[in-house]
Amino acid sequence: MLRSDRVFGLVVILAALAYIASALQLQTSFLSDPMGSKSFPIGLGAVAVLCGIVMIFKPEDEAEWPAPVAILKIFISVVVMVAYAYALKPLGFLIPTTLAAGILSYLITPRLTFNVMVGIGLAIGLYLLFRYALGLETLQAIPKGWGG
Amino acid sequence: MDILSNLALGFSVALSPWTLMLAVIGCFLGTIIGALPGLGPSNGVAILIPLTFSLGLDATSALVLLTSVYYGAMYGGRISSILLNIPGDEPALMTTLDGYPMAKNGRPGDALVISGVASFVGALLATIGLMLLAPLLSRVAYQFGPAEYFALYLLAFCTLGGLSSKNQAKAAFAAALGLAIATIGLDNQTGMPRFTGGNLHLMDGVDFLVPLVGLFAVSEVLIYIEKQGKDSSLGIKLEKVTIPFREIGQSFFTMLRASLVGFVAGVLPGAGASLGSFLAYMSEKSIAGKKGGFGTGVARGIAAPEAGNNAAAGGALVPMLTLGVPGSGTTAVLLALLMTLNITPGPTLFTDRPEVVWGLIASLLIANFVLLVMNVPMVKLFVYILAVPPSLLLPGVMMISFVGIFSLTGSYFDLLLMTGFGVMGYLFRKIGIPTVPIILGILLGKHMEDALRRAMILSDGDVSYLWSSPIAIGLWVAAIVGFVAPMFLRPILKRPDRVID
Repeated sequence: MLRSDRVFGLVVILAALAYIASALQLQTSFLSDPMGSKSFPIGLGAVAVLCGIVMIFKPEDEAEWPAPVAILKIFISVVVMVAYAYALKPLGFLIPTTLAAGILSYLITPRLTFNVMVGIGLAIGLYLLFRYALGLETLQAIPKGWGG
Repeated sequence: MDILSNLALGFSVALSPWTLMLAVIGCFLGTIIGALPGLGPSNGVAILIPLTFSLGLDATSALVLLTSVYYGAMYGGRISSILLNIPGDEPALMTTLDGYPMAKNGRPGDALVISGVASFVGALLATIGLMLLAPLLSRVAYQFGPAEYFALYLLAFCTLGGLSSKNQAKAAFAAALGLAIATIGLDNQTGMPRFTGGNLHLMDGVDFLVPLVGLFAVSEVLIYIEKQGKDSSLGIKLEKVTIPFREIGQSFFTMLRASLVGFVAGVLPGAGASLGSFLAYMSEKSIAGKKGGFGTGVARGIAAPEAGNNAAAGGALVPMLTLGVPGSGTTAVLLALLMTLNITPGPTLFTDRPEVVWGLIASLLIANFVLLVMNVPMVKLFVYILAVPPSLLLPGVMMISFVGIFSLTGSYFDLLLMTGFGVMGYLFRKIGIPTVPIILGILLGKHMEDALRRAMILSDGDVSYLWSSPIAIGLWVAAIVGFVAPMFLRPILKRPDRVID
């Protein structure tokens, strides 16, 4: 019987083995202590493998996975976050924040006017808060070279 | 009297207008954070850490601000438990059992006042307990060598995995994962890079604030997006708030007993506030018997879990400050704060930086009175805040998280990493892997490995050195019992289900 726990247990075991393998490859230096830099990671990997085995043989009840619509929404919000991470520096604070906050707000409750207001309000409000109340100098409002 | 002169020192720090103001702001923010469902104390404190950084607060101020938030969140958690039947944070779950029925019986104001007073009693007694117990424990902690510290870290993971989670394998995996993340970066002993994959961003290791905010705040937003619209509508109207003196008097001894139970639960490393409120509620329920009417909206059923969870919150500060081992998720976050401020918790903290410790304790005493005022006469203010729609609140939380992490290094890499941890946290919560052990692992990983390796250097590789002193043996036994015993106790100590209407 295929359950999420079993699949995950297998993933855990594979990842832990990969971690142990890369621990074995670690360069050792001439400054060494009795334990060295490999033993602790190898021990951790072994514990994780054990946990993975337990998960495969004693899985819990199946997790409740969301409906396809909800998965799509989560996927969109993750894409938005990744895009935001890349955009924040080159595009300044205001434009990416308005878009990201607006889209997230729409994903939670779709009410277009309200979502637009949330986006704009959060962008301006948080900018003022971070830049002036908290004195965060690194925050650029708009891209460099736009006159600001 | 040592304590009195120390307290005098503490109050001289805490009563400065600046520190006092920070305590009040912290209490206010904390109550809001606790009250809003989906923004628990660990989340709230995690998001605020980068901000206190950019404010450039010194150690004492930052600590006062964030522990006031922490105490405040413990008070605030009850508000949504009582009015919405949704616990504002995990420890407040037990408060829904009697708080919501009482509110539905037309007495939401009474329920809020009784729970507010119980919170005050619990937190005040725990702060006094902290004052008495912490210096004693810090003296014992002087005898701790690397072997004892290693056993202590192990104990924290074992009790956390055994008591606070449903599945030992999953909790142990979470701890191993956290510890493994901590091994990324330069090796403390040899100075060689480990597990960086040649990525320069990873050379310094993973800044623990990144997984912290990712696992707690970002995953929370994803959970919310998934089940949008199902929660939160203010079903209960709060009219006039009066003080039910008679019931407060009747539940006075309940509060005292619950505070004691909660405090002890809090002091256990890895157990925390959820266990405190749970044990307090269950023990009062069995003392009251069937005639007590627990579960139908009785005053004692509200007083017990609230006194218990606030006392546990104070108790959890004891191991955090004296040993550097947090007793709960939120104290793990506070430990992260201490580390970023370059304060090493432990026995030396009490002798080297008395102004930090005693300033903190004095601020907590003051914060308690501030919180009593905010949460009893002014409670209506916070009830309005529950009406903030999630479609404004959660994008706000997300944006604050991003800017907070961005302010640390100004690099997109940390933001991507945070998003990655957010997705991981979401998936883990779905399949029931606890996230607190991961955070604890990341925080303690370097120390745990160092302790182990130093022990091995001292003993020249003899493993039995790890359990060669009475303290170490005691800790190992406690760790094993803490991990194994709950497997047998679980059927007996079944958590009551939430009230469903």
